[in-house]
This record gives sequence, structure tokens and C-alpha cells, in this order.
Amino acid sequence: MINLMSAMTLLFAIAMIGAAFVAIQVKQISIAMLAAGLVSLLASVMFLFLAAPDVVMTEAAIGSGLTTFLFFFVLGRVRGDKND
Amino acid sequence: MIKRFIVLLFLLALGLIFTQLLVEYIPDSELNLTAHYYAEHTAQDIGASNIVTAIIVTYRGLDTLGEVTVLFLTAAIVGLLLSKGNYKGKSLQRQLPQSGELLTTGSHLLVPLILLLGAYVFINGHLTPGGGFQGGAIIASAILLILLTDPLRKFSHTLIATIEATSGLLFLFIGVLGMIYAGGFLDNRLLPVGELGTLFSAGAIPFIYSLIGLKVGAEFSSMLVNLSETEGS
Repeated sequence: MINLMSAMTLLFAIAMIGAAFVAIQVKQISIAMLAAGLVSLLASVMFLFLAAPDVVMTEAAIGSGLTTFLFFFVLGRVRGDKND
Repeated sequence: MIKRFIVLLFLLALGLIFTQLLVEYIPDSELNLTAHYYAEHTAQDIGASNIVTAIIVTYRGLDTLGEVTVLFLTAAIVGLLLSKGNYKGKSLQRQLPQSGELLTTGSHLLVPLILLLGAYVFINGHLTPGGGFQGGAIIASAILLILLTDPLRKFSHTLIATIEATSGLLFLFIGVLGMIYAGGFLDNRLLPVGELGTLFSAGAIPFIYSLIGLKVGAEFSSMLVNLSETEGS
């Protein structure tokens, strides 16, 4: 059971680092935003593994929910302005 | 080249610090003194099943007041910075593409459910994980969904400001009442502690957390609405 838990944690940690790397490296802004949201989502799962459900709710609602959508919102406004 | 080298050096140093922390880390085999006190006394003294809520709202209630104040200041500053463009933007009628059918229908279905979930989370803050801040953020995400569906929709600033101000004042008022009728500022034993695990238990915690939830939700919503109403597209 403990081994399964550590394996899952390791998997999520690697996925988090991968998503963070994608967020930095990728050229399209929208994919970078989604990857940054994915980092938050995976972080909230990690918090769940660490038995902190209160933090999970904050991270999932603000980190991966509000922030990602806010990025898209602002991206839409900026694009509408500059026509690029 | 030198810039990259410095960045790499910083990353290595950071990695070294974290590795050292990780290597020296030994998980506690038992709770320390403060944690032990909280684990032992929360159920009798505060009456909340969720110890995190008992700490946030009662034991460390003053810190929560500070957090709420910080959030209020942030919302106020966002409103101040963005208020300049508000009136110019109205004359230029924006030409926005129609929101998709999927988004419109989906948001009509989801917004009431998300609002309900937010209210559930902050009303049950003393029983289940989550509380005022989480519930407020969930409510604000429902507002964001409405704004995504219909970016030109107008929200009443007066209503948002009234909800925010009223809940903030009532929060402080309950705190002061605790000082007069119970053990101190924000003491929850203003009301009977009640039976552990029921909705109306843990004294004033459900009321305080509901007020915090409304306040946080109104603050986040006011930020989103301000951002949506600025000129620029």
C-alpha cells in the first residue's frame, strides 16, 4: 500500500515537472496556460496524497480554475485589441 | 551566455538547498505540543469536526481577519487601477463573436450548481473540508463562467459592494460580541457549542464562515467584473 502510494506520488511529481517544462517551452500561449493549469491540478492531487483536503480545494478552485480562466480571459482581450 | 550560466548556478543552489532539506527531513512520529492541544481540545471546546476550521476561525481568528483585509485591499486596488477606463469603454460598442452553443447551455446548467456547491462548502466549513475562502472562490468561478458566456453582461457594483461591506462589518460585529459575551475577540462560544457533527453546532463558526465566504466571493467577483468592464477591446 505504501509502495503504491509512493509510486503514485512519484508519477504525479514527474507529470508536474513535465507540465511545468511544457508551460515554459511551448510557443503557443494557450497551450502554455493549459499546462500551467495542469501543474496546479496535479499539485492539488499531491496535496490530497498529503491528507490536506482544505488546501486541495483552494488550489483546485483558485490555482487551476480561476487563474487559468483569467489568463484566457485576458488573452482574449489583448488579442481583440492588437489584432494579432 | 553569462546570463544562462548565472541562472543555472541559481537553479543548482536551489536544488542543493531542497536536497539538503529532503535528506534531513524526518517525519514526526507524534504530534507536537500545539498540534496535540488542538487535536485533544477542539471537539470539546469549539465543537467543530474540522480541526482546520477551528484553528482558522477561532484559535487563529485574528489572522483570518488579517487575510480577509489583505484580500479586500487587493480587490480595492484592482478596482482603483481599472476604474479609469470604465466609462470610455461604454461608447465603443465591442463587436464580440457570439458565445458557442455549448458554452451557453453548459453555463446555464452549471452556474446554479456551482453557486450551490460554493454555499454548501462555506456553510459546512466546520464539518467538511473547505470553508469561507474555498466557498468564496467557487462562487467567484460561477461569476467567471457567466462573464465568459456573456462578456457584455452588467453586474450591479452596488450589490457586490453592499454584500462585501455588510458581511465584513457583521464579521467584525460577531467578533466584538464574542469579546463582550464570551471569552474574547471572535470567540465562537457566543452561541451554544451544540452536538458535534450537526449543522448548527460549533457556536458562531457557521455564521462567521458564511460571512467570510460571502465577503471573499464578493471580492473575487468584483475583481473579475472590473477586469471585464475595462476598455481595451
